[in-house]
Amino acid sequence: MITGNLKASYAADERVLDNRWKQGFVLACAAGIAALAGFGNDYVILIACQMGIMLIAVTGVNVVIGYTGLMSLGHAAFVAIGAYAVVIFHNAAAGTIPAPLLTLLALPFAVTVAALIGIVVGLPSLRVKGLYLAVATLSANFIVIFLIEQDAFARWTGGMNGINTPTANLLGWDLDSRREQFLLIAALGFVSLLAAQNLFRTRVGRAFIAIRDRDYSAEILGISLYRYKLMSFAISAAYCGLAGALYAYFYARILPEQFGLDLSLMLVAAIIVGGMGRTMGAVFGVIVIVMVPEVIKVIFGGIAGGGAELAQIRAPVQSIAFGALIVLFLLFEPFGLTQIADRALRALNRWPFARG
Amino acid sequence: MLSVRDLYLSFGGIKALQGVSFDAAPGQITAIIGPNGAGKTSLFNAVSGFYRPERGQVIFDGEDIGALRPDRRAALGIARTFQNIALFRGMSVLDNIKLGAHTRLDAGVFDALLYFGRARAEELALRREIEERVIDFLELDLIRKAPVSALPYGLQKRVELGRALAMRPRLLLLDEPVAGMNREETADMARFILDVQEEFDTTILLVEHDMHLVMDICAHVVVLNFGQQIAAGPPEAVRRDAGVIEAYLGAAA
Repeated sequence: MITGNLKASYAADERVLDNRWKQGFVLACAAGIAALAGFGNDYVILIACQMGIMLIAVTGVNVVIGYTGLMSLGHAAFVAIGAYAVVIFHNAAAGTIPAPLLTLLALPFAVTVAALIGIVVGLPSLRVKGLYLAVATLSANFIVIFLIEQDAFARWTGGMNGINTPTANLLGWDLDSRREQFLLIAALGFVSLLAAQNLFRTRVGRAFIAIRDRDYSAEILGISLYRYKLMSFAISAAYCGLAGALYAYFYARILPEQFGLDLSLMLVAAIIVGGMGRTMGAVFGVIVIVMVPEVIKVIFGGIAGGGAELAQIRAPVQSIAFGALIVLFLLFEPFGLTQIADRALRALNRWPFARG
Repeated sequence: MLSVRDLYLSFGGIKALQGVSFDAAPGQITAIIGPNGAGKTSLFNAVSGFYRPERGQVIFDGEDIGALRPDRRAALGIARTFQNIALFRGMSVLDNIKLGAHTRLDAGVFDALLYFGRARAEELALRREIEERVIDFLELDLIRKAPVSALPYGLQKRVELGRALAMRPRLLLLDEPVAGMNREETADMARFILDVQEEFDTTILLVEHDMHLVMDICAHVVVLNFGQQIAAGPPEAVRRDAGVIEAYLGAAA
């Protein structure tokens, strides 16, 4: 039973972790991540890195879909832009900038490029909403992948065949093992979440939510729809660009087809499953979305011992599972796993006097 | 304070406003009344910037604001509430009211992402001001953390008034502030409106169908019918005006 949660100042009431339970939860998560970095085996580290990269991208998607209410099916494009920006930056600057500084400069470069292109892709949101905006962003996704695949740019992007990616190097520290990269990903993931949480307790984030809930009313309060919609797109694209940059460092090679509609849908699915418009929604959603293919792998392995024919239908089964998750959550739990967590916390709070 | 000069507005063949002119005196409550479809809300929308009138001027503080977008007019100090409550349903009462102060704050996007430092100082000052100036004033302290969608109608109306007050408006437009309220809620709201006028010296323009409220608290009444201004003056004079009686009750047999 949680009893009185009383505060003596406005500052205490404005804190993110405003009670001991939340503080304890975050500390436990931090301890878990540290333990993982120290003792996890290679497989666990791989999954954790995938989750970390996805978490940053999904947090970005949450800004534009969950908080601002602008539907986007094209955010994989920004992940692609972040990833390719890092590779191109490394290849172009290899001789002129000393290697220990390259990564420190490549990350902000990738984030900035993604944010700027995000503003361009966000322009249709000033005119259209809902389904129409989803189609407009979807086409942006296809255009970006199409351009990357063109032979004319193959000198920089490697075209259809993809391109080898550099290794991250932080001031002389080569992050050439996954365990080392996990530290970087975990740190940036935590900063990303904190920044998103901060955004939504200040005027900028409140303006986004106002636009989602009632745009004409937001305008009457002096919120420029034009400015804030583009800002929302820029911020979310920046997050996805950062995720893309980490993706490029993490894998040895990137291919244009990795950033297609499948990835865009996966990002949207994650935020729907996790809970739109909640910071923890991205966390819960990513855990589920990254675990689904792994669980399917285990199940298939159990049925046929990993037979070749069965392996062929694994990819479509995965897509079906994502689709089913989206439909089921939209039908039965439209606010996602955060809603379930809220309900559990509320029950805990009232126990033993009442349930639910 | 606010002068509306010879306003014309039409939607296709429907003439919503035909030459409406009046002044809202500083620090006074001015009411706009008229039967349904008379053009009252259209007039509000023209003043707050959602509609562009075809002719005529909207002059606020000596300046013609007819060309400004709604968000620019808000920044000048014009706040409004809506007939069908326009709160942000996904947010708490406190966040809704904080949004009213949007134009007075100036944390940029990087301040916001960082939070500590400028944005934090600004948010804490805002919280204090809102608690002391709006939440205490409108007696919303017990529900400040409640989601607005869970509140009864009368309280939602009051929260919307609070959000408008957080803008520190110089001109407050209230679109049917007591529509659908019972007598007790109406009396409460009337008290709050008078308190706002007295405490903050705000100029108030209100549209209302509740004639008791209008006659009791307003200094000046403008009557519209089918987009035309048929009378204007103090409540007692308007009440006895033959044209007004005809518009509301029909001509005497």
